[in-house]
Amino acid sequence: MFSCRIVRNPESRRPQPWPIRVAHWVNVPLLVIMAGSGLQILAAYPMLGAQGRPYAWYPFQGIPPPPWARLGDWLAGARGWHFAFGGFLALNGFAYLLYLAFSGEWRRRLFFPRRDTRNAVSTLAFYLRLRKEPPAQELYNGLQRLAYTGALVLGILAVLSGLVLYKPVQLGAMATLLGGYDTARAIHLLVLASFVLFTVGHVVMVLLHPRTLGEMVTGGRKPDA
Amino acid sequence: MRRLFVPSRRPVLLTRRSALLGAAALTASACDSARPRAGFLGTMERVNQRLQEALFDEDQLAPELPPEDATPPGDFPQYFVSESMPLAPGGWALKVGGLVERPSVLSLEDLRRLPRTEFRVRHHCVEGWSAVASWHGVRVSDIARYVGADPKAGYVELRSFDSGYWSSWDRPSAFHAQTILAYGMNGQPLSPAHGAPLRLYSAVKLGYKMVKYLTEVNFLPEPTGGYWEERGYEWYAGV
Repeated sequence: MFSCRIVRNPESRRPQPWPIRVAHWVNVPLLVIMAGSGLQILAAYPMLGAQGRPYAWYPFQGIPPPPWARLGDWLAGARGWHFAFGGFLALNGFAYLLYLAFSGEWRRRLFFPRRDTRNAVSTLAFYLRLRKEPPAQELYNGLQRLAYTGALVLGILAVLSGLVLYKPVQLGAMATLLGGYDTARAIHLLVLASFVLFTVGHVVMVLLHPRTLGEMVTGGRKPDA
Repeated sequence: MRRLFVPSRRPVLLTRRSALLGAAALTASACDSARPRAGFLGTMERVNQRLQEALFDEDQLAPELPPEDATPPGDFPQYFVSESMPLAPGGWALKVGGLVERPSVLSLEDLRRLPRTEFRVRHHCVEGWSAVASWHGVRVSDIARYVGADPKAGYVELRSFDSGYWSSWDRPSAFHAQTILAYGMNGQPLSPAHGAPLRLYSAVKLGYKMVKYLTEVNFLPEPTGGYWEERGYEWYAGV
């Protein structure tokens, strides 16, 4: 009872402590703004690869994203939105990472291959009707840990590739690390596509398990002592 | 004294719902896509400008690229705001003025006599594309020394004969070693398509800051605007 609340064993905490809920819901409008304004920026030059050297693998060369998915009306407007809110997305992610690290929540949320692979495979087998019962799980099953850790990696990649696009010269070392400006631009777009896939899967799973939505709003019940 | 044990309930001034609705309304009203330099978007542009200025390192050079990285001839986009390609008026010369000891009018020959700088770097356009070419000309910092620019001139304004296209720069970016008044591209004299006879070229700003078809360079104590900056694009636009 004298221990500092923040380093308490996560298993005795509510399923979704308030810092997690705040970070989660702040992400929702920010990701919508970043995706929409990002697509409006892409519309200004809907090609991947440097001038005269378009990437052969990209199937949508020259095809602008659909207007309904865009935010900001024109390039300067979209850049205004993108750079006004991008920093908040990065700060929110940074605060979330700090909380994970110092609260110990990382233990029940992050995917560790040794610990979680077997459970992830069994869960997948259950979803694919190859297995009758889901494997035993704590807060999250292995597949959830994989998905949420993947989303976190996507967020980090989104911020790093975005910084490279914003400051390719001043952040030259990071630009080199990501393969240069045009590669960073492709990564930035692939991250968006992956986020869309994640979000579709995420929303479907929440609809199938509505209890988790309540927990992400209220925090859920503390486990019985 | 039963009342003492009744938990007092403060009137709720800010519920979660009203806070969310308020934030959404504020965002919607302060973020006008048509005017990105005003309201909240404008405030954040200034915050980002501070961050970019703090990040700017005058010793940080853009990597010089090998010839094989050059954009294929013809693929480097051309750009001007006039309806047809602007051509230099006869007897063209560059006026250099503002807070300088020796206001000057420099011909292309005068400029060619000043120290020549050449580099091949990646160009970053606000639209998102990149391209590579080599550029040669005179550093803005060498021009500043030549005319005796006052240290109080914290800004450099550039004007052109392309229907009044213009822009203005912060001194550190303008004085960067890879910011030049270019009279040549890829080893050749600059062509009208790319801003002949003289254009600004720099590794540290987006393309729209690099004024082509130059007529005037002014060293000024205050920032002025620019053609695209007046229409809603960021003023700093560093890369």
